Amino acid sequence: MLNAGAHLGVKVFADDIPKAPTRDGFGLGTVEIAKTNPRIIVLCADLAESTRAEWFQKEFPERFIEMGIAEQNMAAFAAGMALAGKIPYIASYAAFSPGRNYEQIRTTIALNRVPVKVCGMHAGVSVGPDGATHQMLEDIGMMRMLPGMTVIVPGDAEEARKAVIAAAAIDGPVYIRFGRAATPVFTTTETPFQAGKALILFDSETPRVAILSTGTQSYAALEAAHALSRGGMESIVLHVPTVKPLDAEAVLEIARRVGRIITVEEHQVAGGFGSAVAEFLAENHPVPIHRIGVTDQFGQSGEPEQLLTHYGLDASHIEEAAKIFVANSMKL
Amino acid sequence: MTCTDSDLAELAKRAESIRETVIEMLVAAKSGHTAGSLGMADIFSAFYFHIINHNPQDPDWEGRDRLILSNGHICPVRYAAMAQAGYFPVEECFTLRKFGSRLQGHPERLRLPGLETTSGPLGDGLPQAAGIATAFRMNGTKQRVYCVMGDGEQDEGIIWEAVMFAGKNKLHNLTAVMDRNNIQIDGMTEDVMPLEPIAEKYRAFNWHVLEVNGNDIYAFITAVEEAKAIYEKPTLIIAHTIPGKGVPDIEFDYHWHGKSPTVEEGKKFLKEIRTLGGRVPHEYA
Repeated sequence: MLNAGAHLGVKVFADDIPKAPTRDGFGLGTVEIAKTNPRIIVLCADLAESTRAEWFQKEFPERFIEMGIAEQNMAAFAAGMALAGKIPYIASYAAFSPGRNYEQIRTTIALNRVPVKVCGMHAGVSVGPDGATHQMLEDIGMMRMLPGMTVIVPGDAEEARKAVIAAAAIDGPVYIRFGRAATPVFTTTETPFQAGKALILFDSETPRVAILSTGTQSYAALEAAHALSRGGMESIVLHVPTVKPLDAEAVLEIARRVGRIITVEEHQVAGGFGSAVAEFLAENHPVPIHRIGVTDQFGQSGEPEQLLTHYGLDASHIEEAAKIFVANSMKL
Repeated sequence: MTCTDSDLAELAKRAESIRETVIEMLVAAKSGHTAGSLGMADIFSAFYFHIINHNPQDPDWEGRDRLILSNGHICPVRYAAMAQAGYFPVEECFTLRKFGSRLQGHPERLRLPGLETTSGPLGDGLPQAAGIATAFRMNGTKQRVYCVMGDGEQDEGIIWEAVMFAGKNKLHNLTAVMDRNNIQIDGMTEDVMPLEPIAEKYRAFNWHVLEVNGNDIYAFITAVEEAKAIYEKPTLIIAHTIPGKGVPDIEFDYHWHGKSPTVEEGKKFLKEIRTLGGRVPHEYA
């Protein structure tokens, strides 16, 4: 059943659930936080419209900086602004930031421990027709390896807005990952969000499996849990928007309660969210784990839903994978 | 800012003393970058003892000018100048590159107050300096931002991204100083990847460009003063320096870019510095 404490939208399982891309949350969140925090600056690299930096530009033109197509300069420049007291949000596609400017992020932002908020847009295969070059699938892994870096992957546009606002209060570097496609907005303004905290979306007293998911995949996980429940298999969905620091307490509690974990992410399974969960549980409470994500391959052109289906990231794949995983792990 | 003859004599003496400390700390460290550190001693003497507005007793003082060292590998000269300016005891210089030292092989801001930023990977200094200069301009403060960079690091693409940005935005509070010593690790800059006509390149990107003898303290200070008077553009001072300056044995020798003197060599080099007063023999001719 849905966790009432998550205050999910009334239309959560309806066909007409409202949809919006998580990048909208970037535009809304930066405008909102800048109204009360004069240190907020937004920088973008010739992608103002598609990153939604344009929304900020319209409200705060004097605090918006156009860097041109120069992501390396944008990262190091933002570090300089932070050294002079600003809180810069840098927006570009994740394939280029952190994809292209990783060294600048590592040296001038992370090692320097300055409060630059790296906002990677158009992550995952759901970018769609642009194809593999623009479908970033390695960013969570890259960023979670950096000491002191907080990594947040919001589940929907509303949570993205909250994450953008919360990032300003974190005294250090933050990576926030956003998507291009309009995806279901399943949370509400009432849904709790706190950096570093996971949230149970779907709960059961007799769970056979726990689905831990991050980003917009949490909605697919939720749909899968709903379908499993109707088919007689109970599960728990733990939405983990903050990949780093991982909510160790919540993950451990779920592992103890359920003893069988599936992870879901729109990212390579190597090094990403599932790896973070697997690493943690291997050392603290080993249980059978099945990771769902992209398996050592690049994306390709197509419509977002086609691609999510092709790479096994849609709700029906998660549902099937859960059934097989439960059946197989029973044999252990 | 006036600069009298006695100021210049003091600054020259200070540069010699910085060179001595650089040699001593590199001998103790058993690794590090000798040529560039010696070549830039005059400029660091000018910066720390004449040009920048700073307070070694309060390194985080908000009103200070910012000196960004982009080519972090010549940090021995910065450490030596900072120690002599009173940021930390000169004895601490001899912990350079050792375990637990605040004086890392490449500068780390969080370990040593006064460093302004973390640097070493080449090309990252100029964009950071541009970011600071932009923030100062937004805040309406009058502080100046200086960025020392190498000539070899002009090979990096990010430099030109930052050059374009600073030119477009007329960052007149930013003065970049290029250590034009013509050497990089694999050889002479013009052999490895030719930079010339470097002044024309910066001018084409809307920078004001000055060229000086970087081992002439008066000429350098004069150029910095001129940069302050340019309101329409950022300024680049191309400082022609002699790598290894002050130690005739190693001057102009690119092999000394990335190595340190042995104990024996160190003794000899120190003697040369003291004998020549930081000058090269032909300057006496």
